[in-house]
Amino acid sequence: MSASIPPDVKHAKTHEWVRVRDGLATVGISDHAQHELTDVVFVELPAVGRALLAGAACAVVESVKTASDIYSPVSGEVTAVNQQLLQHPELVNSDPYGAGWFFQVKLSRPAELDALLNPADYSREIGA
Amino acid sequence: MLKRTPLFAAHQKLGARLIDFGGWEMPLHYSGILDEHLAVRSAAGLFDISHMGEIVVRGSASPEFLNGVLTNDIRKLQNRHGQYTLMCNERGGAIDDLYVYQVEAEEFLLIVNASRISADAAWLTQQLAAFPGRSAVDLKNLSADFGALALQGPKTAQFIDACFSSPTSQSLAAALRKNEITRREFLGRSIFISRTGYTGEDGFEMVAPAEVTPALWNKVLEAGAPFGLKPAGLGARDTLRTEVCYPLYGHELDENTTPLEAGLGVFVALAKGEFMGRSVLAEQKARGTTKKLVAFKSAEKSAPPRPDYPIWSAGPDRRPIGRVTSGTQSPSLGIGIGLGYVPPEMSAANSPIAIEIRGKHSPATIVPKPLYRKG
Repeated sequence: MSASIPPDVKHAKTHEWVRVRDGLATVGISDHAQHELTDVVFVELPAVGRALLAGAACAVVESVKTASDIYSPVSGEVTAVNQQLLQHPELVNSDPYGAGWFFQVKLSRPAELDALLNPADYSREIGA
Repeated sequence: MLKRTPLFAAHQKLGARLIDFGGWEMPLHYSGILDEHLAVRSAAGLFDISHMGEIVVRGSASPEFLNGVLTNDIRKLQNRHGQYTLMCNERGGAIDDLYVYQVEAEEFLLIVNASRISADAAWLTQQLAAFPGRSAVDLKNLSADFGALALQGPKTAQFIDACFSSPTSQSLAAALRKNEITRREFLGRSIFISRTGYTGEDGFEMVAPAEVTPALWNKVLEAGAPFGLKPAGLGARDTLRTEVCYPLYGHELDENTTPLEAGLGVFVALAKGEFMGRSVLAEQKARGTTKKLVAFKSAEKSAPPRPDYPIWSAGPDRRPIGRVTSGTQSPSLGIGIGLGYVPPEMSAANSPIAIEIRGKHSPATIVPKPLYRKG
């Protein structure tokens, strides 16, 4: 399991990941989360321009069986969303750390990243 | 403590995701709901339905007793034939929906919902106590003694016989027509096999003594493997039955909902004579109901409809008109589907409606049942 976690992401305990480049954070859900959810059939994304607060529900991912809230791991303004997921929600299952990303945020409180889990700690968190 | 079926260890070994279903620890899925659903539609799936109840009613007055408590006409049955039927209270409300098989002339096997075993047994016991011919009726709830499997899918008839080593007997696929039941020997024990199911596909249900159920499960999985058989969980069972619009007790049916409201009038034999709930059902038949179960499809790509979401009328004067009772993403159709109750005057096929999903209105259309048809 831990082998599938890229080294350049940090995770929230609620199973979202964040990857930061030049003050811009990309957010998605972990491989563990997509595996637990099973087949993703729909993703509801936040509006571009919306101000997100770390820990607040901002998106919804639906499997055949259930709807689950997605919590933003960081605070900031949404600068882009993954439009591909609207037609191809299965990308969340097939490529959770790549093409299955959810949205991008311009970080307003970069220090929040320090509270997130590095790959080794997240692996322990999910018992991998 | 959740109840477990005789197949609990088998589910664990297969890596099933387990959930609480009406007090039972049951497999939700093994390889995934979509994968299992599509396996049943294209090849075969094997479900553990051991949680369902088995009630046996025997004796010379048993046909008369059952015809007084069930809505369908048991006199239409011949030996080794079964029928879908309902059991209603005085108000015509459904206590349960079930299958009744006439195993022998004076012996009936009732297959009831897991969540309703105690309610059914209590109701039947109470009705029997008030039945004049009670001394000639023997009622036994044998649910704890039996396990049960549902083998479903278009390829099941090709390997069902390989599960039973009795070369002298006729092929099951040839011997059993829809809704018929027979017995076969398995490990020296007698098991029931019927040709029925809850998926809209061809298939067989097997009721076996609990002790041999794990061996039967393994035998069927082994016989079906070359045909693409997969173990399938309650997740796929629910999406499969929703596509073909079969009701699920607790969703489409409850004690305040009648078979006529649920669109199951064809299973209510008003002409057979007196039976529990008949007067209310006859009046509903004559005057109409105040709610009607409809099937709907999402009109565009949307979040899947879920049970309890409000149904709204479409148009400028839109208002809430009902609630979703079952809803999901249809694996076969690739869009949101569901069932729900609306006023009869708003139930016409092709009517536009809207499903309220997290405060937003998602357009949908009422469509004829079933939502999915083979081929």
